[in-house]
Amino acid sequence: MKIRIKFAKYGPVKFVGHLDMLRYFQKLVRRAEIDICYSAGFSPHQIMSFAAPLGVGMQGFGEYTDIEVHSTKSSKESLLSLNRSSVEGVDVLRYIALPENTPNAMSSVAAADYFVTEREGYETEPALFEKFREFMALPEILIEKETKKSSAIIDIRPMIYDMECVEDGENLGIHPMAGKTGIFLKLATGSVNNLKPELVLKAFYQYLNREFPVFAYSVSRLEVYGNAGSEAKPDLKPLDFFGEEIL
Amino acid sequence: MRQALSDEILMSIDKPARYIGNEVNMVRKDLSTVDVRFAMCFPDVYEIGMSHLGIQILYDMFNQMEGVYCERVYSPWHDLDHIMREKKIPLFTLETQDPVKSMDFLGITVQYEMCYTNILQILDLSNIPIYAAERTEEDPIVIGGGPCTYNPEPIADFFDLFYIGEGETSYRELIQRYRENEKKGGTRKEFLQQAAEISGIYVPSFLDVSYHEDGTVAGFSSNNSHAKNTVTKELVMDLSHTYYPEKPLVPFIRATQDRVVLEIQRGCIRGCRFCQAGQIYRPVRERDVEFLKEMAVKMLKNSGYEEISLSSLSSSDYSHLNELLEFLIETYQGKGVNISLPSLRVDAFSLDVMSKVQDVKKTSLTFAPEAGTQRLRNVINKGLTEENILHGCDLAFHGGWNKVKLYFMLGLPSETEEDMRGIAELSERVAETYYEIPKSERNGKVNVTASTSFFIPKPFTPFQWAPMCTKEDFLNRARIVNNRMKEMLNRKSLKYNWHEADVSFIEGLLARGDRKVSKVVYLAYQNGCLFDSWGDSYHHEYWLKAIEDAGIDIDFYTTRPRKEDEIFPWDFIDAGVTKEFLLREWKKSQKEEVSPNCKVQCQGCGAVRFGGGICFENKN
Repeated sequence: MKIRIKFAKYGPVKFVGHLDMLRYFQKLVRRAEIDICYSAGFSPHQIMSFAAPLGVGMQGFGEYTDIEVHSTKSSKESLLSLNRSSVEGVDVLRYIALPENTPNAMSSVAAADYFVTEREGYETEPALFEKFREFMALPEILIEKETKKSSAIIDIRPMIYDMECVEDGENLGIHPMAGKTGIFLKLATGSVNNLKPELVLKAFYQYLNREFPVFAYSVSRLEVYGNAGSEAKPDLKPLDFFGEEIL
Repeated sequence: MRQALSDEILMSIDKPARYIGNEVNMVRKDLSTVDVRFAMCFPDVYEIGMSHLGIQILYDMFNQMEGVYCERVYSPWHDLDHIMREKKIPLFTLETQDPVKSMDFLGITVQYEMCYTNILQILDLSNIPIYAAERTEEDPIVIGGGPCTYNPEPIADFFDLFYIGEGETSYRELIQRYRENEKKGGTRKEFLQQAAEISGIYVPSFLDVSYHEDGTVAGFSSNNSHAKNTVTKELVMDLSHTYYPEKPLVPFIRATQDRVVLEIQRGCIRGCRFCQAGQIYRPVRERDVEFLKEMAVKMLKNSGYEEISLSSLSSSDYSHLNELLEFLIETYQGKGVNISLPSLRVDAFSLDVMSKVQDVKKTSLTFAPEAGTQRLRNVINKGLTEENILHGCDLAFHGGWNKVKLYFMLGLPSETEEDMRGIAELSERVAETYYEIPKSERNGKVNVTASTSFFIPKPFTPFQWAPMCTKEDFLNRARIVNNRMKEMLNRKSLKYNWHEADVSFIEGLLARGDRKVSKVVYLAYQNGCLFDSWGDSYHHEYWLKAIEDAGIDIDFYTTRPRKEDEIFPWDFIDAGVTKEFLLREWKKSQKEEVSPNCKVQCQGCGAVRFGGGICFENKN
């Protein structure tokens, strides 16, 4: 039986890297006595797959991992024991059953929402919204994207599904964002197209003709989406849309 | 939650999770209910320090005490060290991220000599004066503990007091006296006087040491009526009704010990003559098997670890090992829990257990013959015979193993060329044992790795009188072994590694140093020495310069033969074993005579006066 877990990672724990989060969850499900399945072989490992790695230093409020279990208690009970066994800064938000044929979390990721806020004490763009609105209106955004082997000039505009200047993060539906001013981004994410929010910020500073202040902005990932439609006609849905509560 | 380091700093250093705290089972306390704050420090990087069981035991013990909050501190790695100095950020605890300087106590566990410069880094980054004599009422009381404090003298000037022995027994009283002193507005010195009366506590500033003209110790005298002339080590006699961390801290990043550690017993019956642990933890005390079963279950449940390791100096000597292992296998087989068994004698039983709990293809067998010939093994009282090793290997090879690791020491007292060549020859015979098995039953090529470290005489061992080799001598010996390896028939199956000689030499100086050596430690730190146990960080030239500038003759401490009646810098400490016993053993070693282990025959080491453990078992 496939289970999808949605969780938030925030506060100091944001400095725990992706592989260590994986190890954290392996121990968390054991502490919570989730009846998880192990792979066969002499060194069995838990059947667990994370949706999209979150960079070190970035908070996430809609993160996902899929696991496989032999049996399970209700969503409510499982959430309770997971959260009882977790630390401050890792909150398990949902625990839902997936239909058997659902593709795993990692391969189904299509997009993600980000919220970019200014960090206190750093020099940022004073007319941030005004300039960003100009930037948003550009028909194409060319930037040099470096890969491991080479670099290429690409247009990232098609990978930006949505951009908005947000006066008050209250409407984003994520409690810690309430009262914060910032820029909302919906970006292509996953194995087909992947655009990191830092690259959008870099492009923005390139447009401003200013040097990009690396630490001036704090980025949070708010939600990760899968595609419930087709490639030609995408229908983005949060990854927890694909599962159901266990009663 | 407040962080002592900004996001920018955390983003620009390696493994930021070392410094954020917040791990599973971290203790949180309401500070308004706390009157004594204790910073517990392991002076090495987080991944090493978090792997240490002793700290976890004391962390659990202190935090069970009402009004006491114990928090952790580890050495900031080079990258953060630079930033903290540049930006003047004071060293902080992981739990509350508060400055170490604001604590009541700073306890530092001293597990190996090559961490001494890290101790000075901890003090320095905390803005606590490095020398105890310069501290004021504003500074925490700095306490040292752990195996190296059985000779605390080379670091005595940096500590307000030392706790000699096992931590479970005297801390409650120490905290109580601290509270009383605080209540009546007593001074730092008044507290140290109170502390000096407690069993196991040594206050260096209350002890004067006088020296002969030749530099050896003439005598000790207490300069304060509260202080004792002899400090006797503390130990726990009942290890089944005491503190044990049922909820171990679980780090986010991978620690060196990434598993539950179950200490099954303390001490060792074997009495190898080079081994300090085998002497200072006497008498052997076992934990009750029912206690261990209960702890194993609770710790695995509370941590979520997928591995449990049985820990002791010689696990095969634990009398209920069979029962404990059967319980663990029965309870956890097929449930994703591995059982790891270090320090286990290789025999039919242990191989059977290992084949049940480990992947034969991945694991290697480990033997520590320590010396290449039976003669030298008798000198060091290492009970392992060549027959034991070859028989164990034969069994294991039939069971599918094909990797063997052999550990030796070079420079042991009385070592000859024959003993050195014996290291290569024994390795060869292990390989031959493998190739005697019919090809169809073998599992590919055999892989025999022999490693040698350089023998360093340690205090409170029969070899505390022994001279250490010079660096050139060490390297010569390694060359002899290496050349002999190359002459062996199965040389392609043999691999030989040897340790650096430079760092061993400094370790030798620190191990048997006196108070005069503290100057070397101080100058080495000022020269830039830090993380000396990490090969890449070690700067021999800084140490040499410090030794020269301090006016210290290193040969006096390392290669000099000691007279039988010499007073050693650590002789004011009573480690349980008597100096008469150690001397007896030293003389027996010169006659190549072995001593039976504690289970076979009592050797009268002196530990019987603690009134428990092995000394009182198997009697009647």
